[in-house]
Amino acid sequence: MEHSDTAEPNRRDFLYLATGAVGAVGVGALAWPFIHQMNPDASALALASIEVDVSAIDVGQSITVTWRGKPVFIRHRTDKEIEEANNVPLSDLPDPIARNANLDANAEATDLNRSAEGKEPWLVMVGICTHLGCVPLGQKGDFGGWFCPCHGSHYDTAGRIRRGPAPENMLVPPFAFVDDETIRIG
Amino acid sequence: MMPCLPIMASRVQLEIGAGDFKTMKTLLVKSARALALACGVLMAGTAAHAAGEGPHVERQQWSFSGPFGQYDKAQLQRGFKVYREVCAACHSMNYVAFRNLAQEGGPGFSEDEVKALAADYRIEDGPDDFGDMFEREGKPYDHFPAPFPNEKAARAANGGAYPPDLSLIAKARAVKRGFPWFVTDIVTQYQENGPDYLYGLLTGYEEAPEGFEVPVGQYYNTGFISGETLAMAPPLMDELVEYTDGTPMTVDQYARDVSAFLMWAAEPKLEQRKELGLGVMLFLILFASLLYFTKRKIWKDVEH
Amino acid sequence: MAGHTKYVPQSAPAKWLEARLPVISLIRGSFVDFPTPKNLNYWWTFGGIAFFVLVVQIVTGIVLVMHYTPHVDMAFASVEHIMRDVNYGWLIRYLHANGASMFFIAVYIHIFRGMYYGSYKAPREISWILGVIIFLLMMATAFMGYVLPWGQMSLWGATVITNLFSAIPVVGEGIVTWLWGGFSVGNPTLNRFFSLHYLLPFVIVGVVLLHIWAFHTTGNNNPVGVDPKSDKDTIPFHPYYTMKDLLAIVVFMIFFSWFVFYLPNYMGHADNYIEGNPLVTPAHIVPEWYFLPFYAILRAVPDKLGGVVLMFGAIAVLFFLPWLDTSKVRSATFRPLFKIFFWLFGIYCVALGYLGAMPAEGIYVILSRIFTTLYFLHFLVVLPLLGFIEKPDKVPESINDAVLADHGKPSAA
Repeated sequence: MEHSDTAEPNRRDFLYLATGAVGAVGVGALAWPFIHQMNPDASALALASIEVDVSAIDVGQSITVTWRGKPVFIRHRTDKEIEEANNVPLSDLPDPIARNANLDANAEATDLNRSAEGKEPWLVMVGICTHLGCVPLGQKGDFGGWFCPCHGSHYDTAGRIRRGPAPENMLVPPFAFVDDETIRIG
Repeated sequence: MMPCLPIMASRVQLEIGAGDFKTMKTLLVKSARALALACGVLMAGTAAHAAGEGPHVERQQWSFSGPFGQYDKAQLQRGFKVYREVCAACHSMNYVAFRNLAQEGGPGFSEDEVKALAADYRIEDGPDDFGDMFEREGKPYDHFPAPFPNEKAARAANGGAYPPDLSLIAKARAVKRGFPWFVTDIVTQYQENGPDYLYGLLTGYEEAPEGFEVPVGQYYNTGFISGETLAMAPPLMDELVEYTDGTPMTVDQYARDVSAFLMWAAEPKLEQRKELGLGVMLFLILFASLLYFTKRKIWKDVEH
Repeated sequence: MAGHTKYVPQSAPAKWLEARLPVISLIRGSFVDFPTPKNLNYWWTFGGIAFFVLVVQIVTGIVLVMHYTPHVDMAFASVEHIMRDVNYGWLIRYLHANGASMFFIAVYIHIFRGMYYGSYKAPREISWILGVIIFLLMMATAFMGYVLPWGQMSLWGATVITNLFSAIPVVGEGIVTWLWGGFSVGNPTLNRFFSLHYLLPFVIVGVVLLHIWAFHTTGNNNPVGVDPKSDKDTIPFHPYYTMKDLLAIVVFMIFFSWFVFYLPNYMGHADNYIEGNPLVTPAHIVPEWYFLPFYAILRAVPDKLGGVVLMFGAIAVLFFLPWLDTSKVRSATFRPLFKIFFWLFGIYCVALGYLGAMPAEGIYVILSRIFTTLYFLHFLVVLPLLGFIEKPDKVPESINDAVLADHGKPSAA
């Protein structure tokens, strides 16, 4: 081992630095395909939107459809439910933000901002409790809206969190009425 | 040359047994040379034989060959037209979706064109709320619908022959290259034997030679990989598919275009692969040179 | 291994760790301070290259499993899904498919290097035997991996190779049925191959560690074949051989990339792009190139059992190589006759490889028989006899002497 002292780089000269830097870039670039492969693939991205026929949903009825593997609640609300939702002062809401993907990120959580544009009876939202991802039960709980049985979160008739551990109102996905009878989600 | 090999081998054993050390070494060197030569002859001999298996495939010019090769978008679009109007009548293409036609490295259709194109197709979907299957307009995420519901139906409609799925056909047909081509192919990066074969097949229909009995429902073709006749009738003829860009409307051109399109269908990431490959190669050469000098610097005080 | 380092923990946490689990001194003793002969040439880098490719195979394999579906109805489509839809799926699959070939290329060079320089001889027999076990495990892993895409070659390759076991008298048929989990290669077969294909690479890693442990206990062999006698003969593994191995690995990556990016299907077989069909056998069943020499030996014998026995015998004979070679001299550099037979043996293997790809008829069968005979004669007759009749050249006193003589300098001793 007579040479080990002289050959051990005790001075980081340019060559070592350059080699090390290029090697680091290479490792970084190599890592990307292995990380990116876990992102949604082209076939999953292509299925990003669905169209739903809502002509058969009467007042007071709901359906659940699947969008991107998640349940989406579509509810044709009664006048009573709309009125109840409108009577809640914004200051009573644990989460005062609309959480509506079709509006500004900081829009207020009024009933109008939660429901479909120009069609207030229609409520469309991702049916996943914002606490830990369970599916809440419809028309249950202390506020006549939804109730999550996992950890006891209560939502009102506009899908807003009112009591329990969930931090946010249920998400309104990007959607629009294509015509009076059809909703496109995504 | 060949029959003397065992004799040679036994002679080597014999000499060892005799234990004549001095002459043995020279003898062994000679035997080694002879054996190496024999192997050379053997390989050359088998090359001729190997070339005799399957049809002779003429090499064509393709825009996507070589390290910088890219698909010719206009050619892919024309090839798609040929596929759609001719091949699709009998052949499925199960692994290709409409959306693929708009993806990078493909024929270069726009999203809107693909939407309109998909809408021309009827796709079976379902079951609906009553449990029935229904038909709807095609969407970009749908795959090309197959012309027959299953293989049995396809066979029944085609005189017992099954028109193979075309998604991967350009990678699933390779005529044996034989020695020495399978070695030189590594250097020349020849990977186009699939489209070369398809072009040869589509242009290989000929009158059967005098005295050759063509079975009923079969067609004589000089380019077919497993026999002299096949069940596919000549699918192309001049002026069959309308080209609007002034490209000649000939069987030769159709065959070329549809072969290129099928190569894309089988290998849709070819452009990304070759582009990334160039970057990777340049990077590795740079890194290897730096490492070479680093290694030399570290080793400079060690006699080895 | 740990004994080769003078490492003394300095900081409190290092002392704490060292007293409980001396992993730092183990690593330093094995891969940093480990005294390595200073004259190892580039043929010695292929062990490191092979290990690198093994890691590539495990990493890409784990990723592929995230997208692959092991079911006869969906396996082929899921591979196409990887190729077409998964982000960089084409890259990862082509890396894995070509990586198998690269692994065999590196390992074959590594084996032939060991044969040339007599690395299998005392006291490194255990290292060699573990190497042969790794080779067997690789073959099993590669074979089962090739079945997973469920193309025509996958299905029929699996059918032919599993049927080899039917040659065993009395219990053969039962074993084959047991291997298949049915009466033909089907879904149970695919699932068990998938399970084992995932398991075996980790077993290989374990045996590789034993393989390294063994030759770190005896010390590396080297091109001169003389054991190190003093500190003048060795240098620490790091930075000398870490950098040399790294350089070799990166140069090998250029070769690897050439195939992945420009010839990704060169090593494969076109028929495997046709989905497996149990009713139609492809015209030519050909195994992957790395099995071809053994395939040629299998077909050289007209008897079913005989062919199978001979094929396994061709690998089994490697286990006995340390004792079949009777010469006291390790390195072929000083063995004029062995050197010639070594290259002849190389020719036999290449010839058998070529014949394995040819149809089993006419002249090819005769040639296969000749080369099979030569293959076995090399191990069973030539190597044992050479030790007695060969007069080796003068072997240098030490590694340092050999190096100095190479540089035209007088011996320092």
